[in-house]
Amino acid sequence: MAMTMTEKILAAHAGLSEVRPGQIINAKVDLVLANELSAIVAIEEFSKIKGAKNVFDPHKIVIIPDHFTPNKDIQSAKVAKKVREFALEHHTLYYEVGRMGIEHVLLPEQGLVRPGQLVIGGDSHTCTYGALGMVATGVGSTDIAVAWALGEVWLKVPPTIRVEFKGKKKPWVSGKDMILYMIGRLGVDGAIYSAIEFCGEGIEELSVAERLTMANMVIEAGAKNGVFAVDAKTEEYVKAATNQPYTVYTSDPDAEYAQTIVYDMDDIEPQVAFPHLPSNTKPISQVGEVTINQVVIGSCTNGRIEDLRIAAGLLKGKKIHPRVRCIIIPGTQKVYLDAMKEGLLETFIQAECVVSTPTCGPCVGGHMGILADGERCVSTTNRNFVGRMGHVTSEIYLASPAVAAATALRGKLADPGQL
Amino acid sequence: MIEGGVWKLGRDIDTDLIIAGRYCNISDPAELAKYVLEDLDPNFVKTFKPGDVIVADNNFGCCSSREVAPLTLKAAGVAAVVAPTFARIFYRNCINIGLPIFEILDVAKDFEKGQQIRIDPGTGKVTNVTTGVTFQAAPFPAFMQKIMDAGGLVAYAGEQLGGT
Repeated sequence: MAMTMTEKILAAHAGLSEVRPGQIINAKVDLVLANELSAIVAIEEFSKIKGAKNVFDPHKIVIIPDHFTPNKDIQSAKVAKKVREFALEHHTLYYEVGRMGIEHVLLPEQGLVRPGQLVIGGDSHTCTYGALGMVATGVGSTDIAVAWALGEVWLKVPPTIRVEFKGKKKPWVSGKDMILYMIGRLGVDGAIYSAIEFCGEGIEELSVAERLTMANMVIEAGAKNGVFAVDAKTEEYVKAATNQPYTVYTSDPDAEYAQTIVYDMDDIEPQVAFPHLPSNTKPISQVGEVTINQVVIGSCTNGRIEDLRIAAGLLKGKKIHPRVRCIIIPGTQKVYLDAMKEGLLETFIQAECVVSTPTCGPCVGGHMGILADGERCVSTTNRNFVGRMGHVTSEIYLASPAVAAATALRGKLADPGQL
Repeated sequence: MIEGGVWKLGRDIDTDLIIAGRYCNISDPAELAKYVLEDLDPNFVKTFKPGDVIVADNNFGCCSSREVAPLTLKAAGVAAVVAPTFARIFYRNCINIGLPIFEILDVAKDFEKGQQIRIDPGTGKVTNVTTGVTFQAAPFPAFMQKIMDAGGLVAYAGEQLGGT
């Protein structure tokens, strides 16, 4: 029977010749990811599993302390310590501060995630890796603990929604704008329990970095996973990261989709998601006068070198607005180093931005840029829920690195095309 | 049988509202419970009575995968959550840790804060005791029911490993 990419990958990992939407399967996982906040709960649950002494395969378990690290306070330091001890005791893959990065920037960069895999992570943005033609999805800590023990996860096969982007990007439009545009139309539960399969000319022209940005935010429409076909760009990216083998799956031409949605790239301009939902989007031409206190450029959504290049291109030779604090957070140590070699860090510092070590930090309301009451932040992150980045009355506006950099210069929401 | 007062919440109640990210380095559920739904209603924790039930609109528990969200609700004494739909990671976390949830289409409009609700977890029958109106929750797939019957995913995994 005809199947979608998602169905084929799930079937292969469940040892079945075919699966159907709604079917519950036990699937073998290729990699189990946890950060320090999901790991700390998972370690406790793992200790309660009767008969579980060792993890199923230490090479398929990766633990990355990235949320509140470098440790923001004593409580966070205790969490990181306990997680580190578990990782060392069980010989799992582990990336310490100095070698770590934001998990969803680091794993593709390190070649740990590859086409055809099934990966679960104790972090909702694990869906990022679908950009590489695989099934990746977020789960909770108990799921992580059980996957550590058994190497398996129970999953309900999702129906697939096909989302086609017709035509080519307009100037200053990026993958971030395309995914915000989609979420604005679908709503924050428009793809609930479903897979989203992206296709069309608008997708084909995107860099792998932009595809990772888009896949990162499918959870913001409620989706289980987002998936992109593997093409020459994907293969080039993966081969540069690893010499490990991978499997390419393609959707059958007559595969069944729950629905097909078509967007026209001509209708898409840079987008801003207003508080307090990622779906509350407006095109940049209609944002009005919104003054801004802080700009954050980074995160698992937009913390890649391509993102920093775009921001630096706009900030080069200029100073940010005197009332604005601009925080740049490279996603990994490699991104940081590349940014240094390319002179981007100097551009940022000359522009009077601050450059942070890799961390999730402010995105999750942890540290490195928490907002006071009433403050407004434009952020390249993925969520703008109430209180997400600080005080309950603060506001987050989600946008691309280009819109964020333009806003840092103007001190108010700004169109990079109008600078 | 679950019976308690109704707490009515809206749609898209996200996990940041249930337990804010700034508290996610706390692992003790009893400590976390002090901050439950703080950014939505700072008085919630003072007025909520253990055993009460949350009735919400669509997409309850959207946002993060943090398992401390359902753990915090459970520790605060929330007896069950009833909603038309749940965000998928929150949904599986509830199955795995044993916070009772019930999916009922269009349910939110038929409940108001302060009413009494009764739930039969065995049959999925939900009653608004105040108005007398009854509802039927969607049944859980057999596999999920098996996890819940085992006492959660940890106990189920222990059975798989033959642990004693």
